[in-house]
Amino acid sequence: MLAKRIIPCLDVKGGRVVKGTRFLNLQDAGDPVEVAAFYDQEGADEITFLDITASHEQRDIIIDVVANTATEVFIPLTVGGGIRNLEDIRRLLKAGADKVSINTAAVKDPELINHASRRYGSQCIVVAIDAKRIPLATSRDQGRPLPSVPSNTLRWEVYINGGRTPTGLDALEWAKEAEARGAGEILLTSMDCDGTKEGYDYELTRRVSESLDIPIIASGGAGRLEHFYEVFTSGKADAALAASVFHYRVYSISEVKRFLAEKDVLVRF
Amino acid sequence: MIAVVDYGMGNLRSVQKALERVGAQAKLVERPEELEAAEKLVLPGVGAFKDAMEGLRDRGLIGPILRHIRESRPFLGICLGLQLLFTESMEDGLHDGLDVIHGRVVRFPENHLKIPHMGWNRVSFKKDVPIARGMPEAPYMYFVHSYYVCPDDPSVTVATTDYGSEFTSMVWKDNIFATQFHPEKSQAYGLTLLRNFAGLC
Repeated sequence: MLAKRIIPCLDVKGGRVVKGTRFLNLQDAGDPVEVAAFYDQEGADEITFLDITASHEQRDIIIDVVANTATEVFIPLTVGGGIRNLEDIRRLLKAGADKVSINTAAVKDPELINHASRRYGSQCIVVAIDAKRIPLATSRDQGRPLPSVPSNTLRWEVYINGGRTPTGLDALEWAKEAEARGAGEILLTSMDCDGTKEGYDYELTRRVSESLDIPIIASGGAGRLEHFYEVFTSGKADAALAASVFHYRVYSISEVKRFLAEKDVLVRF
Repeated sequence: MIAVVDYGMGNLRSVQKALERVGAQAKLVERPEELEAAEKLVLPGVGAFKDAMEGLRDRGLIGPILRHIRESRPFLGICLGLQLLFTESMEDGLHDGLDVIHGRVVRFPENHLKIPHMGWNRVSFKKDVPIARGMPEAPYMYFVHSYYVCPDDPSVTVATTDYGSEFTSMVWKDNIFATQFHPEKSQAYGLTLLRNFAGLC
């Protein structure tokens, strides 16, 4: 059966890894190719680059990064961030990316999912969703980040532009639509949990995973080994993405995998 | 020289780079005459079966590929490159394949499992396959597909994988090797397989 996947995510800006100062044994901890190769050796099941380059002129740099990575790393590579159209997708795939993840552009123009999956195949089109819990007007716990409420009243809203702009879209409905339009996978980030190191949003992940037939990559909140276990068991995720726990060497990928294997979660060694 | 057939389907660069990593000379080729000159042929590909057959036909590559196989030169099909070898595929209608291996390509049944079958799964070898030497008994390999092959002759199946039920994840017939998984994306064991293929005489 399929192994659960562990995916380190590298934030790349102007061709450099933004985090990652704890890689003492690397010559250049800012070089995405070197960091990706390091994770590959450590047992990563895939690598994801999130390009957070703001300026337009520098956007071509990621193409070179992808091309160089493709000569060094022989596991699947996903690239996201700032992808606007079919031409952006074509260039990334041609450079050696296996998948692209689209977020804001897919919300603004959902037809892009149809066109891209028809042209390049569903398997390489990942739709990334940034979801945030909608505070419940009736709940006295409104201020708390993850209120314990009856699950049938919980809802999540989709945000775009790097989490800055609410869309009014329901995350679960949008995920279903993305699947229907041809997405091959959903990269689901909980904005409430992201950066907290207090665990993934298991409820969100489980709801989306149970409602869709395509794989779900959970993202946002990993801080402890148990969080990975929980997101695969109660969260029903197919893959777990994490950034800072790996970059800051809180855990190595092999530590996470050993922990999961001891608890009978199927992982690749 | 190993020719990697470029017919407009998917990420071929990684196949080429993986072959180079294991010390082989690999070239992306899309003209029939370039293909004729190849000692070994790799037919990769992801995407739709019908588009792939059209891509091969439009470029005049079907004849040279069949000739390469008939002349007993080593051939490696990857993913869609495995499926294209079969008689027909049920993907999006019924479409003729190369019919080098008799059988058909069918979709995974709709059940509780996710489709596409995407990620790392074990490949259990049933026979001693020359290009699988030096590997553990059931290595993890990377898969991305929604359809799988059903050969008429079960003896061509040399490896299977479990996804709800056992399906054929590798075939071998004479000089033809073909994998449903992506050796170019399957890290060390995938590279071992490509190295073995590159070393075939």
